[in-house]
Amino acid sequence: MADKKKKNVPPAAQTYQAFQDKRETKRTVFTNCVKAFLVGGSICLIGQIISTLYIYYFNFTEETVGNPTVATLIFITMILTGLGVYDKIGQFSGAGSAVPVTGFGNSVISAAIEYRTEGFVLGTGSNMLKLAGPVIVYGVFSAFMIALIKTILVEWGGL
Amino acid sequence: MTFFWAFVVGGLICMIGQIMFDVFKLTPAHTLTTLVVVGAILDGFGLYDPLINFAGAGATVPITSFGNALVHGAMAEAEKHGLIGVVTGMFEVTSAGISAAIIFGVIGAILFKPKG
Repeated sequence: MADKKKKNVPPAAQTYQAFQDKRETKRTVFTNCVKAFLVGGSICLIGQIISTLYIYYFNFTEETVGNPTVATLIFITMILTGLGVYDKIGQFSGAGSAVPVTGFGNSVISAAIEYRTEGFVLGTGSNMLKLAGPVIVYGVFSAFMIALIKTILVEWGGL
Repeated sequence: MTFFWAFVVGGLICMIGQIMFDVFKLTPAHTLTTLVVVGAILDGFGLYDPLINFAGAGATVPITSFGNALVHGAMAEAEKHGLIGVVTGMFEVTSAGISAAIIFGVIGAILFKPKG
């Protein structure tokens, strides 16, 4: 596979590729996974603490507490993104800060801030969902297919 | 005890994401999209709710719960109104995540200036 790819590339690019491979800092998969685990786990732990506070002080139930927790986490993300802290956490933890819902929030908020120089409508408005778009599109499409199949099975299949 | 499992399960889901980044060389967008679809499929088989009962925020904070919540909203409406409910109920449960991201995104753009 790798050899096949190389054949279509000019020799200069091949030398560059070899050079780049040699110079690229080797980040081991294992260390990255440990970092992602620790940071991702911590974000979820903070989420759990927020949930518990909401259940005790604002009479939410375990089922309804998810929404305010997510909104609170995204609010915290807004402040951290605006101050440039979230990017630093992201460089350290990789997927640890990208996979939780805060990463979804960060992708929207950072795009919103970055593109404001192009104006609030054409910049912020049209670019803020650039990264979150695919997640929403395929989330909705797959959820639609699954719910459709399940409903048909329940209604006409007697499941 | 929920705190401990929230940390472990949430951490494990992020670790799976990291493996998809590093080993399978997927872009963040591909990884997150895959995780959301996986969350939706898991809920289709009724496997995501037990995980939430077990790990609390460890299962609701990672992006996989977005897929789960979409299916939940669609199914809840479908039970009331039949097939059309699949479309009308889709965003019933997940509205907080998307609304909060958009609202705080605009507020952030007003408050903060881009860095660097």
